[in-house]
Amino acid sequence: MSGGKDRWVKRAQVTGSTYLMMRRLLKMSAGRRDRLISVLSPFVLLAIWELSARLGMIDTRFFPAPITILHTLIGLMDSGVLWTHTWASLQRLFWGFLLGGIPALVLGIIMGLSRPVRAAIDPIIAATYPIPKSAILPLILLVFGLGEASKIVMVAIGMFYPICINSVAGVLEINKIYLDVGKNFQASRWQMFRTIALPGALPFIMSGIKLGVGMGLILIAIAEMIGAKSGLGFMIWDAWEILSVDTMYVGLIMIAVIGYLFSLFLTEVERWIIPWKVER
Amino acid sequence: MTEPVKIRIKNLTKEFHTKDKVFTAIDDVSLDIAPGTFFMIVGPSGCGKTTLLRILAGLEKPTGGSIEIDQSDCTRPCNSMVFQGDSIFPWMTVWDNAAYGLAMRNVPKGEIKEVVGHYLERTGLTRFARAYPHQLSGGMKQRVSIARAFANDPEVLLMDEPFSALDEQNKTLLQEELLRIWDETKKTVLFITHSVDEAVTLGDKIMVMTSHPGRTKALIDVPFERPRGVLELRARPEYGELVYKIWGYLREEVQHAKADAECAGGKS
Repeated sequence: MSGGKDRWVKRAQVTGSTYLMMRRLLKMSAGRRDRLISVLSPFVLLAIWELSARLGMIDTRFFPAPITILHTLIGLMDSGVLWTHTWASLQRLFWGFLLGGIPALVLGIIMGLSRPVRAAIDPIIAATYPIPKSAILPLILLVFGLGEASKIVMVAIGMFYPICINSVAGVLEINKIYLDVGKNFQASRWQMFRTIALPGALPFIMSGIKLGVGMGLILIAIAEMIGAKSGLGFMIWDAWEILSVDTMYVGLIMIAVIGYLFSLFLTEVERWIIPWKVER
Repeated sequence: MTEPVKIRIKNLTKEFHTKDKVFTAIDDVSLDIAPGTFFMIVGPSGCGKTTLLRILAGLEKPTGGSIEIDQSDCTRPCNSMVFQGDSIFPWMTVWDNAAYGLAMRNVPKGEIKEVVGHYLERTGLTRFARAYPHQLSGGMKQRVSIARAFANDPEVLLMDEPFSALDEQNKTLLQEELLRIWDETKKTVLFITHSVDEAVTLGDKIMVMTSHPGRTKALIDVPFERPRGVLELRARPEYGELVYKIWGYLREEVQHAKADAECAGGKS
C-alpha cells in the first residue's frame, strides 16, 4: 500500500530529525557536555542505589535506600540534633586550626628562612611525621583528658604537619633573587618575613591548608568516636551502637558536605589573597 | 691633587672555595670612581663582574681588599641594585614594587606617593600602577625595576646587565629612557654589561675586565657629550671607532673565556 509506505518514509524522516537533534545536543561544547555528565553521574548512581534497594538486590540493613537516608537527614535537621553535632565539630576544627595551623605557618616560614633552625627542627618533623596521627589519640586522651582539649589538640596535630611542611617548601621555592632584593633594599628580618617570605610562600601554604583541613576532618571524626559526647564523629559512633544505620549515613554525608564546602571556600580565599597567581 | 671619589675599590679579591679547588673570581681590582660618573664594566661571561657588583651591593663578602662608598647624606641608602632578569615581586603591584625601598625605610606615605608617582611617570608606567607583574612584558618589568632603584634615591646605582634579556628594540628604548632619567639626577652609576655597544652608548668611563680571574685590563674614557641620543650617537664614526677599539681589548679575553669554559665544562 502506497499510503503505508509514505507513512514509513515520514516516520523515518522524523526519526532522522530527532536523531540529528540528539546529535546536536550531544555535540554541544565539550566543556558543557562534561559539566552535564558530572552533574548527572551522582544522580544516576543514587537512582541505581535506590532501585537496587527497593528491588531487594542489596541488603538495606547495610545500604539503606537514599530516600530513607534523606528522611532521617530531614528528621535530624528538624530536631536540631544534626546542627548541634555539626556545630560542635566545626568549633573543634576551628580551634584546632588556630592552635595547629598558625604556629605551623610561622615555624615553617622561619625554618624556610633560617638554615640553622631548619637543621634543628627538620629531623624532629621527619621522625614524627610518619606516625599515624590516630595512633597518638590514646596518649592525647591521657594527657588532655576527655574534654574539648583532646579533640582540639588532635585536629591541631593533624593540621600542623601539612601546613608546616608546605610553608618550608614554599619559602625554599622562592626565587633567591627576591631575597637578594630584600637585602639590597635593607629590609629588616620582620620586613623580609612580611613582604617576601610570607607572600612568596602563600601558594604553597594554601595547598598545605587544604591538606590540613582534610587531615583535620579525618582526625576530628576519629577523636569524637572515642570519648566525646557531641560532634559528627560521636553521632556516627552512637548510631553504630544503637544500629541506626541511616544516622550513620547522615553523619558521613555531613562530613562530606563540610569537606566540599571547605574546599570551595579555600579556593575562593586563595583567589582573593593570591591575586597575582596566573589563572590556569 | 686629590679628586673627589664616590666609590673606592682597593685591592679587591674574591675567591670561591669548592671541595678541591679555589676559584678566583676577582683578583686584586682597584678602582676609583668620581661622583656622578656613569661607569661601565665590560667583560666576558664569567669574569667576575657580577661578583664585583654583588660585593658592592652587600650581597657577598670580599675575600680581601676593601670597598668604600662615600656617603654624603646619612639618611639615604648606600646603593640600590637593578638586577639581571626578573627581580620585581610577582605578589606586589607595579606601584608597591616601585615603592619597595622607600617602604622598607619607613619613609612617610606622602613622600612615597610623590616620589613613586614621579618615577612611574618617567618610566611610562603610570597606567600600569595597579597591574601585577605577570600582566607586563619583559621590558615593562625591567622599567619597574629601574623605577624601584631610582625611587629609593641611593648614593650609588648598581646595574647588573639589566637589559640583557630584552630584545634589541626594547633594549634601545630602555637605554634611551635610562639616559633621560639619569640626566635628571646625575647619580653615580656602576653598570655591568657584556655588550660593548651598550658600554659605549651609556658610559662616561669603561673598564674592560679580563676573564677568569677578573682583573682590570683597560680603562677607557668615553668622550661623547651629554645628553646623548642613542641612535644619533650610534650613527657617528667616532662611536664605531671606540667600539672597535674596545673590542680589540676584549677579543682575546672572550677567546680565553671560551677556552676556559670548554675545559671546565662551562659556568655562566
